[in-house]
Amino acid sequence: MMVVSKPKKISYWKRSSNARIALLYLLPSIILFSVFVFYPMFRTIYLSFFLTDQAGEAAIFVGLENYTYLLESDAFLNSIKATFLFVLYTVPTGIIIALILALLANEKLRGIGIFRTIYASTMGISVAASSVVWLFLFHPSVGMFNKLLNIFNLPQIEWLLDPTWALFSVSLSTIWLNTGFSFLIILGGLQNIDEHLYESARIDGASYWYRLKRITIPMLSPTLFFIITISLINAFQTFGQIDILTKGGPSQSTNLIVYSIYKEAFINYQFGTASAQAVFLFICILIVTILQFKLGEKKVHYQ
Amino acid sequence: MRLWKKLVLYFLLIITSLILFFPIIYAFMISFMTGGEILSGKLLPSTFSLDNYVKVFERLPLFNYLINSFVVSLGVMLGQLVVCSLAAYAFVFIPFKGRDFIFFLFISTMMIPWEATMIPNFFTIQKLDWINTYQGMTLPFFALAFGTFLLRQHFKTIPKELHEASQIAGLSKFGFFFRVVLPVSKTSLVTLGAYGFLTTWNMYLWPLLVTTNNSVRTVQIGLKQLQSQEVATEWGVVMAGVIVVIIPTLLLLFLGQKQLQKGLTQGALK
Repeated sequence: MMVVSKPKKISYWKRSSNARIALLYLLPSIILFSVFVFYPMFRTIYLSFFLTDQAGEAAIFVGLENYTYLLESDAFLNSIKATFLFVLYTVPTGIIIALILALLANEKLRGIGIFRTIYASTMGISVAASSVVWLFLFHPSVGMFNKLLNIFNLPQIEWLLDPTWALFSVSLSTIWLNTGFSFLIILGGLQNIDEHLYESARIDGASYWYRLKRITIPMLSPTLFFIITISLINAFQTFGQIDILTKGGPSQSTNLIVYSIYKEAFINYQFGTASAQAVFLFICILIVTILQFKLGEKKVHYQ
Repeated sequence: MRLWKKLVLYFLLIITSLILFFPIIYAFMISFMTGGEILSGKLLPSTFSLDNYVKVFERLPLFNYLINSFVVSLGVMLGQLVVCSLAAYAFVFIPFKGRDFIFFLFISTMMIPWEATMIPNFFTIQKLDWINTYQGMTLPFFALAFGTFLLRQHFKTIPKELHEASQIAGLSKFGFFFRVVLPVSKTSLVTLGAYGFLTTWNMYLWPLLVTTNNSVRTVQIGLKQLQSQEVATEWGVVMAGVIVVIIPTLLLLFLGQKQLQKGLTQGALK
């Protein structure tokens, strides 16, 4: 029996040799993902069923009470509403602006590189720096916007202090900040489109708009789809602008979900309800990603 | 192209560039102005004096913050390059059972937003006693699914013959990785490096959570401090701070824009 089983053992050892070596290369990633992504995700779900103490340890099991509490809390429902409004304000506008800029910057003109660099520049600017600059632009008395309104004899606006304007103002600064990245991605997509497609269309005498509708947009659809997904996810994750511009105010009109989680956890020390909110954020992003996978394969035209 | 069409295009390009770049130019101009000039709403400073820049370095340990930002950004950049390239190599060049499953695990990390895990992560760092340390600021970001995919795409374009030839030449797996794969993938490594540096330099929420004193604070937190200290009066100093903070990343972007654009689109779409 020994004689029979021995070669089998060796062959298994040999067969798995590749797997062992591969594991060695993958080990750093696997350990880091386990410690800083998978474990904390499960821990967040776990904590969302508990009341916690100051050290973030689970203290009392409350089942779904954190969730029912949130669904009945005006503050949380308001935060959800603000988040969805913010997504609605920033994502479509941001992508359309970036698309227009990319189309402009894709023309073959002398000096186009300078314009490309300028369009991409906001990608190099941090959320903190951008927010501080916009804080100044929105300033009630010395800010640029109110000075402009003044020139045209229009009533002054409390951009960040008026609940009807604050979310709009934060959205404006966010669209500006994200333009660079979206532009760069869309320009990359435009440059990947095969030139020959345009040449034959030009011979047929197709107009610019016809070419845009029939060649550019369909060929660009994978890129657009990607940037829509990334923009949606980014919008759900917004934090820095809120912390510097409004602190979630006025009257919670800009209390977006991540800011709400941050406040609940690190200011109010309610880690249980904060975790329940985090689970909600996770589900939102999960839905966006799954939609990308499902719709992406069907509706988008791949080369 | 007809002349009038060219003119219209240049007009549109210039107008949109001015609008888009205005906040940065304006911040730059403000950074040289005195309080009075700012109040009167001028667009250009009367002199380009560096007073505000001197003041901002006095108000804040901005020099230390800059060093911290460099250390943290370079740390994450190098960490990501090592961790991601090792993983990408295994995915491309070592066929093994369970590869699809591990690949799926990597993909699934992209569906988990960092903010949804920050509470337990904060406590992990606290339990490790890593609050106010460089490792607490950098280590959680070393593994990156996006980076692994980006490099994997590039590694896949390396001809199989090269792999076979290196095996015949008696090169070990690590030798092939280190001596062949990495050198021919320089462009992707540079792209991922620039991306990692840029995103880490601009990181805001995590440094806010894991720093409680000035020892390892980054420039982004410095800006928050500056803005909350200066109540409306000294906007010139605040803007000087902003300019100091954005110069390194703007430079990096200007230099690496083409690379970044190519790399990001490739990593995203294939």
